[in-house]
Amino acid sequence: MNEVTTRQEVVAARGIKVTFGAVKALDGADLVIHAGECVGLVGHNGAGKSTIVNVINGGLPPHAGEISYGGVRAQHGISTARANGVRCVFQELSLCPNLTVNENARIMHAELAGWNWRSRAGALVKLQLQEIFPGHGIDCDSTIDDLSIAERQMVEIAVSFAGLNQKPKLVILDEPTSSLDAGLAAQLMAYIRRFVGEGGSVLLISHILGEILSTSDRIVVMKDGRVVADRSASEFSKRSLVEAMGNVAREKEWQRTGDKRNRAPVLGAPARRGHGLAFQAHRGEMIGLAGLAGHGQTETLLDLYLSRNSNWWPARRKEIAFVAGDRSLNGIFPLWSILKNLSVASLGDFSARTIVDRNREGALGNGWKKRIEIRTPDMENRILSLSGGNQQKVLFARALATSARIVLMDDPMRGVDVGTKQEVYDILRSEAAGGRTFIWYSTEMDEIRLCDRVYVFREGAIVAELAGDEVTEKNVLEASFSGGEAA
Amino acid sequence: MRISTGTIRLVIPAASLALLLAAVFYMQPRAMSYTGLNLLFNLAVPIALATVAQMLVMAVNDLDLSMGAFVSFCACVTATFLQASPAVGVLIFLGAIAAYAVIGVVIHVRELPSIVVTLGMSFVWSGLAVLMLPSPGGEAPGWARWLMTSRPPFVPMAIVASVIIALVTHFAIMRSSVGVLIRGVGGNVRSVERAGWSVIRIRAGTYALAGFFAVLSGIALVGLTTSADANIALRYTLLSIAGVILGGGEFIGGKVSPIGAVIGALTLTLAGSFLSFMRISSDWQIGAQGAILIVVLALRLLLNRLEKREKSR
Repeated sequence: MNEVTTRQEVVAARGIKVTFGAVKALDGADLVIHAGECVGLVGHNGAGKSTIVNVINGGLPPHAGEISYGGVRAQHGISTARANGVRCVFQELSLCPNLTVNENARIMHAELAGWNWRSRAGALVKLQLQEIFPGHGIDCDSTIDDLSIAERQMVEIAVSFAGLNQKPKLVILDEPTSSLDAGLAAQLMAYIRRFVGEGGSVLLISHILGEILSTSDRIVVMKDGRVVADRSASEFSKRSLVEAMGNVAREKEWQRTGDKRNRAPVLGAPARRGHGLAFQAHRGEMIGLAGLAGHGQTETLLDLYLSRNSNWWPARRKEIAFVAGDRSLNGIFPLWSILKNLSVASLGDFSARTIVDRNREGALGNGWKKRIEIRTPDMENRILSLSGGNQQKVLFARALATSARIVLMDDPMRGVDVGTKQEVYDILRSEAAGGRTFIWYSTEMDEIRLCDRVYVFREGAIVAELAGDEVTEKNVLEASFSGGEAA
Repeated sequence: MRISTGTIRLVIPAASLALLLAAVFYMQPRAMSYTGLNLLFNLAVPIALATVAQMLVMAVNDLDLSMGAFVSFCACVTATFLQASPAVGVLIFLGAIAAYAVIGVVIHVRELPSIVVTLGMSFVWSGLAVLMLPSPGGEAPGWARWLMTSRPPFVPMAIVASVIIALVTHFAIMRSSVGVLIRGVGGNVRSVERAGWSVIRIRAGTYALAGFFAVLSGIALVGLTTSADANIALRYTLLSIAGVILGGGEFIGGKVSPIGAVIGALTLTLAGSFLSFMRISSDWQIGAQGAILIVVLALRLLLNRLEKREKSR
């Protein structure tokens, strides 16, 4: 510990207060990062992690408190932060999708100008990609639009770590592995250790506690806009971290209620592209779609949805509901109230002669607000006033409020805090017990383990079906990786 | 073989231009000459310049509905002040370009819809143009006239000018490091902002550059027509938007192509001549132009779809 404190400060934020209206996003938070250390930052959604990141990188002026870079108090601003070597990889991907990889590097690095900037940018990104993700296979002249979501995240990370004249001093990684599979995430974590070993520092935010514990030197836990714990990583375990965050880990094993495959089948699909296994879902089942990210799970969900609907003449069908994974892209209506976002899928159920019955709509909203604990004083507030996890709860409520017997879920828990997840799991279980069928694509092993039956995907096809007690991390991994060609 | 999206974006406008040109040559073989080509494409030069100006505005996710009125205004300035006292004319143009930059700043700072602001400005420009030239008249400056009617060897001026415009703007927008910033603002403003750039300055610069190309468009137009009129270029607003879209650009997302925009402008000009050769009455020409536009855009959608299907395979 003593050795760490004598090191040079890269960034120090002390007594930071930020308020958004009545909400205290940060209430006197302190965060000091020294050279040559990786600091893990964990906390509930809404604990103020993103806010303090935005204060450090200069995007958000604090209402009170002081910030210094390299021990010197400086004027606050994005350019000051960048001049002091602070770089940030944001949770939502923030590249320009219309530009090529090289051109995005140019945007991030103002030094890339003048003659020949394009090839210098190319060389820079290629070198950095190769260093972090050996064997990545990304063409630096391709447009971001043409890359997969994992490749985009890799590019963004590489561009942020790259330095032309000076290496970055502090790289802030906000959920950097949310779209990366296990192999790529391990490569990144290994690189972080190397980068830190060379004297750089990293602020790592992740919901995957294993990552935080194994990679960080020091872990800072935030809760309600304050830092509640700040200790060396070796003093924490998964359990103590979760406790520090204020969520008692509810790790009771979900009792599987026997095999449901003898029940009435509700949805099926032939093997994709002619190989692999066929898909079959039964009443009241919770089915997991597992495997490495981007191996055909989302496409399968869309195919299942379209098998009951037409692409040419889409109609509102009441038997299937869909919970989207990408909230901002195809989940919420950002300008609408929470209530309207919730009720939009079931308006038909409580309208008489195309006129919406406001009272019944309000009753529905209040019922779900209590049931899934949407944290808001008023359902008429704008949906964007909620934290990400609560927005996701509203999307769940939207699907569950319909009369649909089948609910498709496209990795909806991305970036949702542990507490919210547990609450949603409980709801899903009770709904499944009530006869609803859930088809759930998830990138997290804990969620897959909740399912009655799991289909493991590899290269666009179903390669394994696991039921009941066969659903273990080992089996799923084995199926995802077998054959040796998995990336 | 993998073809980049950018290439596909360029293939369709180029193919439709070639197809249209072939149809014109088939119907009127005499157009296949130096003079014929010059006549076919003469009026494309100012349209191409206006299209490039519109493309710049569209590159930052805005739309300029005052393009036609502004080009008319510039044409009137060219035919009056620039011809009589060049210094004053140049000053007016500099002022107009500065005004464009200010419009960009206002739109950015106040977060106003560009459509509303530029629609309002279109009345301002029209009014100023009418004040200058209440009735058609004026005279083209000698050098503008000379430039637009010069006859370079082998290739007519209209083609040479189009190629130069296409190459210069391609270099400025697609290859230069500044062009990347302009398109970056269209693609993801927040990302550009977070990288420490001043988006206000980028937007102001983009609008000023658009104003500059629109000024050139006005000058070129007067160079061809020898006189001006307050309403001379009103249809340029829609022509320029159509040209950008036809050339593979999109309304949002910073997806633009300068070469495509010039080709789009040429295609639109040629479509007019083609319909005349078909002896379609001028009453129907606008509708027929619209039909051509729809066919080309449908083709592009189809290709995009095929490409997407290819990718998911």
